Amino acid sequence: MIKTDIIIIGAGPCGLFTVFEAGLLKMKCHLIDYLPIPGGQCSEIYPKKPIYDIPAYPEILAEDLVNNLMEQIKPFNPGFTLGERAEYLDKSGDNFIVTTNKGTKHEAPVVVIAGGLGCFEPRKPPIQNIKDFEGKGVDYIIKDPELYKGKKIIISGGGDSALDWAIYFAKTANQVTLVHRRNSFRGHLDSVETINKLAQKGEINLITDAEVKKIEGKDKLQSIEIKTKQGEEINLNTDFWFPLFGLVPKLGPIKDWGLELEKNAIKVDTLDYSTNIKGIYAIGDVNTYPGKLKLILCGFHEAAIMCQFAFKKVFPGQKSSFKYTTVLGGIQGFEK
Amino acid sequence: MKEITINVIDETGKKHKIVSPLEMGLNLMDILRSHDLVEGACGGMALCATCHCYIESEHETSSQKDDELAMLDQLFTLDEEKSRLACQIPIVEALDNIIVKIAPPD
Repeated sequence: MIKTDIIIIGAGPCGLFTVFEAGLLKMKCHLIDYLPIPGGQCSEIYPKKPIYDIPAYPEILAEDLVNNLMEQIKPFNPGFTLGERAEYLDKSGDNFIVTTNKGTKHEAPVVVIAGGLGCFEPRKPPIQNIKDFEGKGVDYIIKDPELYKGKKIIISGGGDSALDWAIYFAKTANQVTLVHRRNSFRGHLDSVETINKLAQKGEINLITDAEVKKIEGKDKLQSIEIKTKQGEEINLNTDFWFPLFGLVPKLGPIKDWGLELEKNAIKVDTLDYSTNIKGIYAIGDVNTYPGKLKLILCGFHEAAIMCQFAFKKVFPGQKSSFKYTTVLGGIQGFEK
Repeated sequence: MKEITINVIDETGKKHKIVSPLEMGLNLMDILRSHDLVEGACGGMALCATCHCYIESEHETSSQKDDELAMLDQLFTLDEEKSRLACQIPIVEALDNIIVKIAPPD
């Protein structure tokens, strides 16, 4: 069990800056993030993009902002659980226990959700019974390609992921069918050329201008029905179907924690950025309130205010004395 | 300040007439989001498609970059003729009286 004062879910800019503001009030933090590196979107999606609305920086690259924040919070020696998704929330007396998908447990009196856009989850085709076959022949993410060796596989999609896996499985699977709803692909030119060559050689069964419309099976997936734009129906027996239509941001397991939500965001009180669950706060892009602006600088502000109130739960009965860092004569961090 | 009018049909079919300023460097998603008509979750990076809309009038909108095309290509609610991500359309004078329909969630 990892014990700390504040569990921060999301290691993006707002989560990182929370460590600083909490540290000034002598509260220790531990961050959990599904991504394997800190920085959230700034590190994962647009590290080389310049940001222009950080006060005092006319222009700063997203990755530099993250690096600076990591440097700024170093004295406060935060803990990190990276590459794991915060999955479950439980109470233990006055404390919360947050458990990740890999079973790592964290305990603290305060939880701060700074999850940004949330977790990126696979976009699922609108087929009514698709849920019945998830993990039973329908897989959105291919974790262990060895599992599919010698099997019949159907892949849907026209992007890099669909093309790359179709090329890969052409060598190892018993049969590969690639279904795409248009007759051109958006993947890399090299991949598109390879797919066309494999199709010509008969190593991939290529069906374009078509979509999977029905899936069937008894205990697991057995067959799918494809419909072409011309109205032709094609039925294929298969062991697996991989619908690879990219990722869509979702709140993830947090949505089941009993928090009051509005349009995929967590409602907060702007007095202290508290949620409807006492001791759980939400800051940054993941929260919503009247007049909300999804800006990093607003998330920083929310972190600073929120920490003043979190202090009362971490140190009940003690009075926090707000001091300017210039008056403190520098930052007094924690010993390792 | 110069302004244009944007006609929006929301997901329920309700029509809205929105006046948008021209000289603030806004994009269509900014305007639609400020009226609570789209979520615009990713903030305009063509990453989430929560501002997916259909251009219902003949207005010529800005050209599409690869990021947008790749995102649109993955949507089940795609209309190859009309689909756009509102975040990729800068507000310009030529869009005056454009008709935009909000796409259903994907």
